[in-house]
Amino acid sequence: MSQLKGKVWRFGNDVDTDLIIPARYLNTSEPKELALHCMEDADPTFAGKVQPGDIIVAGKNFGCGSSREHAPIAIKAAGVSCVIAASFARIFYRNAINIGLPILESPEASSTIAEGHEIQVNLSNGQITDLTTGQTYQAAPFPPFMQELIQSGGLIEYVKKKMNMQ
Amino acid sequence: MGLTMTEKILAAHAGKTGVEPGELISAKVDMVLGNDITAPVAIKEFAKIGVDRVFDNEKIALVPDHFTPNKDIKSAEQAKILREFARKYGIVNYFEVGEMGVEHCLLPEKGLVLPGDLVIGADSHTCTYGALGAFSTGIGSTDMAAAMASGEAWFKVPESIKFIYYGKLPRWVGGKDLILYTIGQIGVDGALYRSMEFTGEAVAELSMDGRFTMANMAIEAGGKNGIFAVDEKTLEYVKGRDKRNFTVYQSDPDAKYVQTYEWDVSKLEPQVAFPHLPENTRPLSQCGHVSIDQAIIGSCTNGRIEDLREAAYVLKGKKVNPNVRLIIIPGTQAVWRQAMHEGLFDIFLDAGAAISTPTCGPCLGGHMGILAKGERAIATTNRNFVGRMGHPESEVYLAGPAVTAASAILGKIAGPEEVGVQ
Repeated sequence: MSQLKGKVWRFGNDVDTDLIIPARYLNTSEPKELALHCMEDADPTFAGKVQPGDIIVAGKNFGCGSSREHAPIAIKAAGVSCVIAASFARIFYRNAINIGLPILESPEASSTIAEGHEIQVNLSNGQITDLTTGQTYQAAPFPPFMQELIQSGGLIEYVKKKMNMQ
Repeated sequence: MGLTMTEKILAAHAGKTGVEPGELISAKVDMVLGNDITAPVAIKEFAKIGVDRVFDNEKIALVPDHFTPNKDIKSAEQAKILREFARKYGIVNYFEVGEMGVEHCLLPEKGLVLPGDLVIGADSHTCTYGALGAFSTGIGSTDMAAAMASGEAWFKVPESIKFIYYGKLPRWVGGKDLILYTIGQIGVDGALYRSMEFTGEAVAELSMDGRFTMANMAIEAGGKNGIFAVDEKTLEYVKGRDKRNFTVYQSDPDAKYVQTYEWDVSKLEPQVAFPHLPENTRPLSQCGHVSIDQAIIGSCTNGRIEDLREAAYVLKGKKVNPNVRLIIIPGTQAVWRQAMHEGLFDIFLDAGAAISTPTCGPCLGGHMGILAKGERAIATTNRNFVGRMGHPESEVYLAGPAVTAASAILGKIAGPEEVGVQ
């Protein structure tokens, strides 16, 4: 699944994890339940309208605030295939990689791709193509260590392999 | 080239003599923390690794504090996962209701974090322990699971920003005001991925409680950690709490910083952060008339004894405004007892405040003081995001304990001097 295609939902700057999944729903960690409330306080209709494969495009500092892994879990379980942002808050960035939610940093894509556009994302080379306009963007590639993490299938698989080697 | 204390701690735990910003390292951790929201997810992931023991049952802390005492059946199930895991793996530092506290008040108090430590916690405010001269940072549940199994975590060595606060702090201006001012100046991503080192005569004068407050909110500027030099106050705090050896690291005079901010804070006013980001700060004199429905004094940011003393000083002999619910939440059982012995509870009760058992509760909109639609709260907590304390159309204003207490008396955002307290 290194090639993704989906419709864009846009969000602004500094989308915090309380907007992504409000704490009132954190009395469960069940992905399907969390998905029902994904982005609820930013857009209460989002969970009802998002389709499998859709892509979130947001501004700077996406996922700031709490360390709740429930945030990327909710986004992934809602069917979102990838998040593109101008920048990510660091704990969200780690969590997304650790649970296998593809994320890409591209200030250019973030500032120009419009809501409702169909876009294609190549995860292996970081290329983003806006199929509606034909414009392409290059996201920053992951450092080799993170590529290894992603290729291992996330942090748990990586640690499992590492510990079994000892 | 010299090193910052953050770089030295990371290097020492990675078995290296030095590290450079940007370098990816695997480092040993001295403590791994989780709570009733994040640890259940970590425990599920831990099971997938397939090990039959944790790396060290004394280096894991499990603190049910967010939705405890259990607020509903689902929360009770989450807390139960934590309890059963703690029993099964013999986790020494599991703190049941009755012994617990808000995690970031509790761990330093129990001596579980010491200078020079490398600590990770599945809670964003784990950066609090930088006040002790430790490197500590928030991570997610999967990272917590991996560290509980392996005793290690991966880090990208952060670049450092130095903050120098000159001058003597005015009356009623403390750690909360300094950190709110800082976030207001640099923004909620002003220190993204970076280490924040707090220095200067104003922070050297701060008590440990004031430093915990500042380090606690480093994450609200996007920081990876917030750290203070170890001095006599740090060592005094640690004395008697430490049950193991620790190492003191200090930044070299020629350590490299990507940025340095220098502020004269001798005329700084108390700060208030307006909705819905901690960067929306204003000096008290420019807040205008903002009426409030609720006031919260507590949390991992301001739930320590000094915070309660400050609130009591303002509230003594006064009454909470009839339109306001004032809820006071001591950070730990020990803080609770201390406040009781000092007679602070009489002051709070006489004023008409409610006193809660330690919990994160309302800070994250969990329980113990949820806001209805359109309601407004002033709080000594750390976040004022949309819906943070309840209804998505409610509002949270962040401030220190003195301003929060004075606001509770007047029913609007106000300073202690406005209620006649000097």
